[in-house]
Amino acid sequence: MSITVKDVQHVAKLARLQLSPEEEAVFTEQMNAILQYAEKLNELDTENVKPTTHVLQVSNVMRDDVVKESLSQEEALLNAPEEEEGHFKVPAVLE
Amino acid sequence: MLSLFQYRLPELHNMLHSKDISVSELTEQSLAAIAERDSKVHAFLTLNEEGARQSARMLDDKLASGAARGLLFGLPAGVKDNIVTKGLRTTCASKFLDNFQPIYDATVVSKLRQADAVTIGKLNMDEFAMGGSNENSAYGAVRNPWNLEHVPGGSSGGSAAAVAAGEVLFALGSDTGGSIRQPASYCGVVGLKPTYGLVSRYGLVAFASSLDQIGPVTRNVEDSAYVLQAIAGYDAQDSTSAKVDIPDYLSALTGDISGLRIAVPKEYIGEGVDTAVREQVMSALKVLEGLGAVWEEVSLPHTEYAVAAYYLLASSEASSNLARFDGVRYGVRVDDGGGLLDLYHNSRSRGFGPEVKRRIMLGTYALSSGYYDAYYLKAQKVRTLIKQDFDEVFKKYDVVIGPTAPTTAFKLGSQTEDPLTMYLNDILTIPVNLAGIPAVSIPCGFAEGLPVGLQIIGKEFDESTVLRVAHAFEQNTDYHKERPQL
Repeated sequence: MSITVKDVQHVAKLARLQLSPEEEAVFTEQMNAILQYAEKLNELDTENVKPTTHVLQVSNVMRDDVVKESLSQEEALLNAPEEEEGHFKVPAVLE
Repeated sequence: MLSLFQYRLPELHNMLHSKDISVSELTEQSLAAIAERDSKVHAFLTLNEEGARQSARMLDDKLASGAARGLLFGLPAGVKDNIVTKGLRTTCASKFLDNFQPIYDATVVSKLRQADAVTIGKLNMDEFAMGGSNENSAYGAVRNPWNLEHVPGGSSGGSAAAVAAGEVLFALGSDTGGSIRQPASYCGVVGLKPTYGLVSRYGLVAFASSLDQIGPVTRNVEDSAYVLQAIAGYDAQDSTSAKVDIPDYLSALTGDISGLRIAVPKEYIGEGVDTAVREQVMSALKVLEGLGAVWEEVSLPHTEYAVAAYYLLASSEASSNLARFDGVRYGVRVDDGGGLLDLYHNSRSRGFGPEVKRRIMLGTYALSSGYYDAYYLKAQKVRTLIKQDFDEVFKKYDVVIGPTAPTTAFKLGSQTEDPLTMYLNDILTIPVNLAGIPAVSIPCGFAEGLPVGLQIIGKEFDESTVLRVAHAFEQNTDYHKERPQL
């Protein structure tokens, strides 16, 4: 299967990226080449193979629910490009 | 001035102990080497001059007081710039994080401090660790100290180049698909990727969480054992951190490998591997044979599928991990008044470089509705097959040995047009990350003046054997003593 510029535009939207028309063209070509290469995996019969999500046999890691020191508001906001009254500031979401 | 960096680590410790040298002198030597050479090599993104001098003074006081000294006492260290350092700018070599000031230290950084190392600065890399040549750094590529026209490898290119150039005694890197071992190979230094989970990832800016692992880049194997000893161990802050006993890695360096069983995968020395690289690897095997090891050719039949599986898995995980860069909490923010969605779009498009965008796009596609089974799930299943290849071989053999990379360091700009060609450089390192096992790259010769790396791969949590074999080889060769002329 091959992907089109339209597919690339759709994926960019999902990924929250704004691509220029040049980038769209280049990515369409490159993603097609990479995905075509990935088709190689279909040479393998994996019908009865279990997927590996993690190499270590780890299960959920639980800890006691105890209050510990956490970041101060000041620290948490240290790198905020814009803040107001101790909050991260975002453009208006509701009209 | 004769470089203090020519001494072995225990010798340096003795010299410090007997007050022949001070920590401040070691630190100044590192800073002077950087001032002299880094305009050519470009390994450092941010220097910690004041902080380093302050730590050095503190450590000299400690020395004078006779207090117990840490394992890495006084050693000048570089830290890859995707490992957060409190109050010291951390960029991931991305414009997105140009002004990012971490509010905490990564666990490995705390551990370096506990071991009394001196953090000299932050090292250049491919943006967000995505790349194998350092040409994806938003701050300009690192140069290979052996030949400034060639790449240092990546993504931990700054880590490998800084150690090779004698700017720091050791560095920390991160390895997702070969990002410690491949640059170590290209720059003629020792790069170790530990078993997944052995070293805490807390404070490592995530690229592909099921593959990322922090490890040391050093001048020699002994140093590697020292640094690993200092940074390994369970960390409650990393939920994938392994609860295993940490052995004494230094005591593993016995020099004795008689009876060692080595597997050499035919896929690692076959087509696609440069003749010169293969020749050096074959003579390395002869050296090991001379020390009483035996080697046989084996097959890791799914090797040719590793790169495809890796790029789907790593890109998918990256697309999810990098969703946090939204222009709200840190980093670039481009607000043109068009609302929140526009803010996300514009900030991310301005902040990320082309390779990062490409991988986010690929990963988003692979995870998107209708394609998940065909790409992501399929790749996870192939990952199982690759792991099983290793499990099978390790039933009969102690280590797997081959080249680290199919070629020596290539010329800057020679592969930037075609991402797929670039990805294929990682074919011999990627399977190790997919299987989660440890591997080291050590210098094993030169081809046309550029270093060749030997890769020694071990069983899960068997860093001791990997280091023992590497050390035995090193004791009987002089490649690790060669230094580039800068």
